[in-house]
Amino acid sequence: MNRSLVTIADHSREKIEYLIRMAEEFERHPNRLLLQGRVVATLFFEPSTRTRLSFETAANRLGARVIGFADPKVTSGTKGETLKDTIMMVSNYADVIVMRHYLEGAARYASEIAPVPIINAGDGANQHPSQTMLDLYTIYQTQGTLENLNIYLVGDLKYGRTVHSLLMAMRHFNPTFHFIAPEELAMPEYYKDYCRQHDIRYVEHQDFDKDVIAGADILYMTRVQRERFTDLMEYERVKDRYLLKLDMLSKARRNMRILHPLPRVNEIEYAIDDDPHAYYFQQARNGLFARQAIICDTLGITLEQVKADTSILP
Amino acid sequence: MKRQELIVSALDHGTVIDHIPCDRLFQVINLLHLDEMTSKVTIGYNLRSQKMGTKSIIKIADRFFTDEELNQLSVVAPNVTLTIIRDYEVVEKRSVSLPDELRGIVRCDNPKCITNNEPMSTLFHATDKERGVIQCHYCNHEQQIKQVKLV
Repeated sequence: MNRSLVTIADHSREKIEYLIRMAEEFERHPNRLLLQGRVVATLFFEPSTRTRLSFETAANRLGARVIGFADPKVTSGTKGETLKDTIMMVSNYADVIVMRHYLEGAARYASEIAPVPIINAGDGANQHPSQTMLDLYTIYQTQGTLENLNIYLVGDLKYGRTVHSLLMAMRHFNPTFHFIAPEELAMPEYYKDYCRQHDIRYVEHQDFDKDVIAGADILYMTRVQRERFTDLMEYERVKDRYLLKLDMLSKARRNMRILHPLPRVNEIEYAIDDDPHAYYFQQARNGLFARQAIICDTLGITLEQVKADTSILP
Repeated sequence: MKRQELIVSALDHGTVIDHIPCDRLFQVINLLHLDEMTSKVTIGYNLRSQKMGTKSIIKIADRFFTDEELNQLSVVAPNVTLTIIRDYEVVEKRSVSLPDELRGIVRCDNPKCITNNEPMSTLFHATDKERGVIQCHYCNHEQQIKQVKLV
């Protein structure tokens, strides 16, 4: 059985809830020797320091050894080696391969040829399931449930792969989505079709103010990037409309939490960092526990084994 | 007026593919690997057709194709008519339909897809047969079947 994690869409509701319970165990005790003697490879065909450090910390804190590369310039790919050859070679050394690739579908292909499980740490604009897992874990942690939530997605909804994956993963939990984006970066028809097919309610807004925010349980912010616009006049016109300012939170629900996949530039005012609604740094920290759960699951370690684990370190 | 028709000896055993658009004839030949056949193949090109103006037709003796093989034709010539003949009798007349999977036939239109950058076979799933939409198994990009390019 192939235990790879390529896309969150492959996971059932039960599997998502199972991984959340496993992440909870790791949040309680992140330092263990559960993976002592194992080797985790991190192959970053495209640099991504944040994701790589998170995966490597997850592996290291469980006692695994980590091999790999952070920059494709040092690999034989630059000599014309195929992805297949690189994956087959590393499969000889490692028990699991975490890979980030600039080409879409690279992780799916690797999972079909590799004798060891593959964890997709991002393949181009396609999928980034460990980000989705940590988002789901964070939503669960802050709301106590994944059911019946009002999730507001703000900013770049056209190219933002994290919002697309989150939308698909939430289909199991009866959410209501609110899409808040400039016209040029609106949620693509494909995903609105997806919502209709899966009975996911959604509302579209162009305004972003305290009255809109008042209905949110989760406010998921993303970055509006200049290079996404074909019309720079349009960018200048809308760039400040999707910035979150402290006074916009005056009507927010008590349970509302602000998430952001980071890095942030200016879309969340720094004054908000100390507000109880801000949760993006805890969210990034949850990446560690979510990735510990993902690595263990792909290696065939069960929740029961994690609960029975006696190798916990202080 | 003199009748114009192609005189071909009747097929006793085999498959007839009719109503092939002329500009797709050679793609059909390639898809079914007719160039590698050893049995008799008759090809009519630029024939008159009431329905389509001009058409092409292929008669293949002593060869019956699987549904999977024939359904691949739906990518290049969705409106062909197939006739299966055994002992001079027409035993089946049918059309082709988009199969659930297309392996190694269609090229992905996403330049950043792994299949366009690695020596490997492409794979598509038919996600909406009515509207003719196929989705790349690898990068998830969707394409209209009418607009595909072949590998």
